[in-house]
Amino acid sequence: MGRGIIAYGAYVPYWRLDRSKITAAMGSGGGRGHRAVASYDEDTTTMGVEAARNALRGSEIVPDSVLFSTANPAYMDKTNASAIHAALDLPQSSWAVDAGGAPRSSEAIWALAAANRGTNLAVAADLRTGRPTSGDEAGGGDGAAAFVFGDDSVSPVLCEWLGGAVATAEFTDRYRQPGDAYSRIWEERFGEQVYLPLANDAIERALADAGVGLDAIDKIAIVGLHARAVRGLSRVAGDKLVGDLTGEIGNTGTAHAAIVLAAVLDEAAPGETILLVHLADGATADVLRTTDAIADHAPYAPVRSQINRGNDGLDYNKFLTWRGFLDREPPRRPDPERPGAPPAFRSEDWKYAFVGSRDRSSGAIHLPPMRVSMEGGAVDDMERVRMADVPATIATFTVDRLAFSLSPPMVAVVIDYDGGGRFQAEMTDVDPDEVRIGDRVEMTFRRLYSAEGIHNYFWKARPAAG
Amino acid sequence: MLALRKQRQASTVASGHNVKYPQPTTRQAHMSSHGIRDKVAIVGMGCTQFGEHWDRSVDDMLTDAAHDAYASAGVTQDDIDAFWLGTMGSGVSGLTLSKPLQLDYKPVTRLENMCATGSEAFRNAAYAVASGAYDMVMAIGVEKLKDSGYSGLTGARPPSDGTDSTITAPATFSLLAPAYAHKYGLDEETMKEVLTRIAWKNHRNGSLNPRAQFRKEVAKETIAGSPLIAGPLGIFDCSGVSDGSAAAVLVRAEDAHKYCDNPLYIKALSFASGPATGALDSTYDYTTFREVVASAAEAYKQAGITDPRSQIAMAEVHDCFTPTELVLMEDLGFAERGLGWKEAMAGTFDLDGDLPVNPDGGLKSFGHPIGASGLRMLFECWLQLRGQAPPERQIPSVTEQGKTLGLTHNLGGQPGAAVSFVSVVGSELG
Repeated sequence: MGRGIIAYGAYVPYWRLDRSKITAAMGSGGGRGHRAVASYDEDTTTMGVEAARNALRGSEIVPDSVLFSTANPAYMDKTNASAIHAALDLPQSSWAVDAGGAPRSSEAIWALAAANRGTNLAVAADLRTGRPTSGDEAGGGDGAAAFVFGDDSVSPVLCEWLGGAVATAEFTDRYRQPGDAYSRIWEERFGEQVYLPLANDAIERALADAGVGLDAIDKIAIVGLHARAVRGLSRVAGDKLVGDLTGEIGNTGTAHAAIVLAAVLDEAAPGETILLVHLADGATADVLRTTDAIADHAPYAPVRSQINRGNDGLDYNKFLTWRGFLDREPPRRPDPERPGAPPAFRSEDWKYAFVGSRDRSSGAIHLPPMRVSMEGGAVDDMERVRMADVPATIATFTVDRLAFSLSPPMVAVVIDYDGGGRFQAEMTDVDPDEVRIGDRVEMTFRRLYSAEGIHNYFWKARPAAG
Repeated sequence: MLALRKQRQASTVASGHNVKYPQPTTRQAHMSSHGIRDKVAIVGMGCTQFGEHWDRSVDDMLTDAAHDAYASAGVTQDDIDAFWLGTMGSGVSGLTLSKPLQLDYKPVTRLENMCATGSEAFRNAAYAVASGAYDMVMAIGVEKLKDSGYSGLTGARPPSDGTDSTITAPATFSLLAPAYAHKYGLDEETMKEVLTRIAWKNHRNGSLNPRAQFRKEVAKETIAGSPLIAGPLGIFDCSGVSDGSAAAVLVRAEDAHKYCDNPLYIKALSFASGPATGALDSTYDYTTFREVVASAAEAYKQAGITDPRSQIAMAEVHDCFTPTELVLMEDLGFAERGLGWKEAMAGTFDLDGDLPVNPDGGLKSFGHPIGASGLRMLFECWLQLRGQAPPERQIPSVTEQGKTLGLTHNLGGQPGAAVSFVSVVGSELG
């Protein structure tokens, strides 16, 4: 029975920061190209949800586990994977667990997803910060990717693992203590000198483990936060090297190897052999090969299309505000209230999975779910209806310049779903001046705000892709 | 399902009571409602000035409004048997009133029904008199909004799952504007002109009212150019956030002349609390308040009104935001569907128009201290229908045409999820 990657998806947020805007504002820092920027209402958990939705869309796959890794968790001392599990409307019997701390942790969830029996969803996400003008600020990027490992019997294997090897060492290259808003980095040349021998060692043993020679490799992807080491190692890859996307979206840290692999698989032919090298507190090399099934695989949201859809109209001051480096005057309105744990628990289906109720007799859809039907008044004759993936059309809208928002103004829309159902939603990833009645939208999982240490997750509308 | 919805949308108010303009609605209220036409009368009213009363407390305003009403009716506090106090958030329990007034162990009901709170106090007080339980009662409303330090309205909400809409009141009502413009083919500029004219009219009326929060005419260019708050609504499209209080003394109609030569008789009181399906039901198009349509139909039935536009001398309506007043003109049957904007532009609802609307300046310029507003609306009927309004804002529909009926309309909530109150009062019996 074959086992390997049976589904995958990436998520690159909508906003881009043109690095030259940093230089223009600060007189230093920045550079060329763009970095992907998580919106004010996104965090690693919400981006993880979006990546997982892209991976699972259109399939019947129900993962037995959600394994989540990030270096920038929304919560400490509370599992973040459980929110992803809830947003995907997965059964109680599925496991949800975090593996956090550093980009290298993403390797743990891959290994566990591959090795554990059943169908396992590994989600890696990161939101990269840096002090204004720092290399991390300009070079970082935000995003997520999700890979589902499972058996051929569940869904055709798209890519199988041939072999791999790791090299580990303890050295202080980059470091951040819990609670810090950014990382610090040791002198660049030091890391380069440490990484290169580790990488060469891991690559040599990985090829041996896979039983393939370097000449049999079709594509080589080298990923790591240490740009100088990545560049140094890349020289030996020649024309087999695949672009690491850092010029277009920045380096997404914990998520980056997965996003780059997703981009490779999006365009891969059957039988391609891929060497993936990850430099993160050591080096890990994996050899993978695509199967015939990848020829029939149409990714729901290819990485390239998400990169191309990005909006680089984001101003640097807004970027700083979103990341908490600028403290702007709030409106003269009360602070938002924290969601109550018991009400949120009671409405998990609604709040996290966007599941409403449909009256069995009239067919009327209720968002949020109700017990008594608005059409005909039937009591407790409802079935679940998940609306997260149903597109909708704007019936009316407004731009609220008074409401509390982390990025005013707040755009609110009343939307009618294809096939029935209406909801008044907040809209995101949109220019307030561009909203019109009749526009098409889709749902996205977001963090509305945080209050008293609780993140308030819920769904918003965004312009429909394509 | 589709067929059912269509059928419902096409149905009209089927109360057996024909009102001139057919109104779309989805559900009919099935209730035995008999009304209390001509059974209860207002014999005295009081109303403070509305505004930013940094120097006056809730207690001060309640004391002022109550004693103004006693004086107006020529009674003392001892004559009042029971009290209904409306306030949304300026106090809880009857103690909010009994303590500042130093009441001697009399019943005080404190109630809240969002922005229709003042009207709800009046309605329940009237029923207490009609039932025979008391001879003389007071309905009083108060709100102190300006102590919060926030812009607009705020209010404590019970703990929630965090999924409730957090958009502000102006934003919820601004949803009406693009929907109305889209449905009736108005371009953005025309829509803005219509809204601007409504604000301009109400500011003009308020300029003639010494009790109003804003007592200045405002040029249309100033209104149209004011900073945007929500959607097309600028700051001048929003009602005044205000402190104030208003009160009424009620007795049985047959006793009214003991206290007053020219009492005001209650012709109709209606209240509709909606199923709040606007944000769930795709057949709702944000160009109407179904609750207003239902409560208006009920009030007209009680009062025997068939053509509100010609029979009513004046209306005080809930112009919390300018698009609200526009839609209310159609919901209350003052204008045909889709033509309310033309009537507003033509001056139909001006002080000297066919049907003056908000002759006291409305929520827009009189201000909107929530619990007091419904009673403030009745206060203008009290002045106008009895010929006591200042000469500069007396309305020809009363002084020249001799019409005797006034309507008040008070709304709470938002489009698609509202409570609505309608009263009809008159200066003559029968």
